[in-house]
Amino acid sequence: MMAEPFIHIAGVKKVYRTRGSEFLAVSEATFDVEAGELVSLVGPSGCGKTTLLKILAGLHSYEAGEVHIGSSTQPFDPSRDIGMVFQSPLLLKWRRIIDNVLLPAEILGLPMAASRNRARELLALVGLAGNEDKYPYELSGGMQQRAAIARALIHDPKLILMDEPFGALDALTREKMNIELLRIWQEAKKTIVFVTHGITEAVFLGTRVIVLTAGPARMADNFKVELPHPRTLDMKTNEKFGEYTRRIYRLLGME
Amino acid sequence: MNREALQRYSLAVISHLLLVAAWHFFVVVGKVPKFVMPSPWETLQALLVPNYRWVENITVTSVEIFGGYILAVVIGVALALVFSWSRWLEMIVMPLLVSLNMIPKVALGPLIIVWFKYGIGPNIMMAFAICFFPIILTTARGLREVEPDLLDLVRTLKGSRWQVFIKIQLPGALPYIFSGMKVAAILAVAGAIVGEFLGSDRGLGYLMLQVQVTLDTAAMFMAVILITLIGGLLYLLVLGLERLLVVRDARLQ
Repeated sequence: MMAEPFIHIAGVKKVYRTRGSEFLAVSEATFDVEAGELVSLVGPSGCGKTTLLKILAGLHSYEAGEVHIGSSTQPFDPSRDIGMVFQSPLLLKWRRIIDNVLLPAEILGLPMAASRNRARELLALVGLAGNEDKYPYELSGGMQQRAAIARALIHDPKLILMDEPFGALDALTREKMNIELLRIWQEAKKTIVFVTHGITEAVFLGTRVIVLTAGPARMADNFKVELPHPRTLDMKTNEKFGEYTRRIYRLLGME
Repeated sequence: MNREALQRYSLAVISHLLLVAAWHFFVVVGKVPKFVMPSPWETLQALLVPNYRWVENITVTSVEIFGGYILAVVIGVALALVFSWSRWLEMIVMPLLVSLNMIPKVALGPLIIVWFKYGIGPNIMMAFAICFFPIILTTARGLREVEPDLLDLVRTLKGSRWQVFIKIQLPGALPYIFSGMKVAAILAVAGAIVGEFLGSDRGLGYLMLQVQVTLDTAAMFMAVILITLIGGLLYLLVLGLERLLVVRDARLQ
């Protein structure tokens, strides 16, 4: 039986127009995402991965194609079911960590006492228990990004959109955060769309990888990553992993 | 207070005391005449001359400085807030304000006197005119500095313009407002004193002009010290308020 997809994107095209010149940001984007998947969108800069993410978030319009999120079993409310994580943690400097996590709950007008308890649980989930009352400057970059992930989860959205969330971290912290993200994903049971330009990161995290190429922007590949969960770092050296990364390198013309 | 801070503060106190000591020895050893430069002790003694009505003059000058300053903060911040809500208004009024800022405010002094005679009121206006611009300019800048991604985050939650303003823009602008307020605190003092120089019948600036005639340099020194102290007090109050309202990391240095 073919399950109804949670996200359905078909033939999406986006053109930026500036002073008479046109720039094709996204074209031929067609893919489905099942509920509970962690899909990596990978490609070089200018391939339209961030644009595509913003289209999913409802922040950008698009010229052609269709975007549908939600299914009969998983209805989707665009104002409550999106959690976003950016490359920069974007924590408010003047708020304590727990109050930063609570920001979306405040904006949505959720009951605060219950949200506060949930924020504590989420901070524990992302490994920040005990840091609730600290200010952002007291945390390292990796810890700030953990708090940003907790903030994206506070209103219990069905879809988490991540735009190179670990791009600004050092290599070791980044690997650690990858493993943490997989753990959080499995515990929180969310659908995640993860934008990255890291090829190994895309394969390591994704249940599916969508490859976008630049100049002109188009979708070049979409494949399932048949590696077991939970993923471990030593999988990066196994043959199958290498096949997947080589496949992406080839598409990006780097082999 | 930790040891490092204690050390820093005591060194600051010591350097000030050293300056007073150097002043004292310069005057005593160099046998400098009193009308050129009084010693610290002679300067203090100027306070004992009842004719100089120190308390009244200090009060008048303080009212001018604080009055003009508070007016500038309230109006400057309020206008910047209005501009952040109406782009049209900002585009019309802001360039005008930038041009007006080019006018040396001191040059307006004689005009202000023609229009409003002299007294506390015009001097408050002078203090206001001179410290209003840095406040409105830094506040407007602070309100503009919002991370676009943060706005996107709020937009995905269908947050309102008001929520962005009250939860992100305004608290984010506070450090900028305070940096403008600190610059303005020093300017306000200069504005009030220039106002008194140009035309007034009371205040420490007025007193300086009076004692200049009799060459009572000690009283002039005392007046300058008192003006500096009023300015210092204002600055400290602003710093204290900043510490209270702005998280350490967010403060602009």
